[in-house]
Amino acid sequence: MTDPRISIIEERLKGISNIIAVSSGKGGVGKSLIASLLAVILARKGYKVGLFDLDFTSPSTHVILGVEGLQPKEEKGIIPPQVHGLKFMSIVYYSGDYASPLRGADISNALIELLAITRWNTLDFLIIDMPPGISDATLDIIRLIKRINFLIVTTPSQLAFETVRKLINLLSELKIPIVGVIENMKMKESRFIQQQVEGKGVTFWGEIPFDTMLEEAIGNVNKLLTTEFGKKLEELVTKNLK
Amino acid sequence: MHEWALAEAVISTVSQIAEKEGLKEVAEVEIKVGELQQIELDVLEFALSQLKTLKFKNAKFNIQTVKAELKCRVCGYKWLFKKEKMNEEIAEAIHFVPEIAHTYIKCPKCGSPDFEILQGRGIWLESIKGVK
Repeated sequence: MTDPRISIIEERLKGISNIIAVSSGKGGVGKSLIASLLAVILARKGYKVGLFDLDFTSPSTHVILGVEGLQPKEEKGIIPPQVHGLKFMSIVYYSGDYASPLRGADISNALIELLAITRWNTLDFLIIDMPPGISDATLDIIRLIKRINFLIVTTPSQLAFETVRKLINLLSELKIPIVGVIENMKMKESRFIQQQVEGKGVTFWGEIPFDTMLEEAIGNVNKLLTTEFGKKLEELVTKNLK
Repeated sequence: MHEWALAEAVISTVSQIAEKEGLKEVAEVEIKVGELQQIELDVLEFALSQLKTLKFKNAKFNIQTVKAELKCRVCGYKWLFKKEKMNEEIAEAIHFVPEIAHTYIKCPKCGSPDFEILQGRGIWLESIKGVK
């Protein structure tokens, strides 16, 4: 018995120049905000960008982007709708406001299905918002997308970095490119994370200060871009992603 | 059509297998389609006929549907998926991503969404015959 969907995935992704998974060992470090705004910032720089929310059990990028009432177009597969100048794909188009309690094998199957049927066409960047940890979705992305790159998000907390350290070790062992590490929610002066990251031979993109005004801007992309978080992320993207 | 994307996947996979096994021509492909995904068979057949390459010129596609059997992980109850009991929007969501069943379907006995799809999820290739 053969699953026919696997062999078409490379074909579906062949028009994409760069695929970046925004990942972390822990939840709550700002992955979804960074993935969403990274996609918007790149789109506003004139690139063709797609954003794929892969956090199937807890999707949130649609909330960050203020996406409501949209559905993909069905045309020999699925064509993601345009939102804020980027192509946006999420399981919420199908699950709506309801919970999606999925086990690992179901997550893999849903991921394979969406990779096999979504037509991104040509893109400069596909940004993937990953669920936290190094479980099914991370392993599947590594298995199914040979050209994957990782952008890792941590906070200054040693609890977050402890898991990020393991993620970096795993990706390095597997020779998966890491484009960089962002230290988010920075609250006081310390070079600990930067030293640790650079000590592992990985690019430290920089830090983003803890922004108390960020929550109020969620759902409003223009407002998000003018927050301290948004401005700093844009600076890091301009500096590091060439 | 979503069926078109799946037909492309079938042709691509069979081509790869035929290449690997040194088949000059594909004679017969047995495809199983699970009822959970509610694939429209005539659309799938039409897409397959349109996507055929030279290697498939005499190929026959045998498509069989398989009932979708679900089993509750909490109480062990087994039941069959019935499209007729679904509203259209939910049925369509499950058509695109069968795992969405876990969002809308609950065990008829205990109400849990934690069930296993024992068989009949989506599309898979059962066998490929060809001429060497």
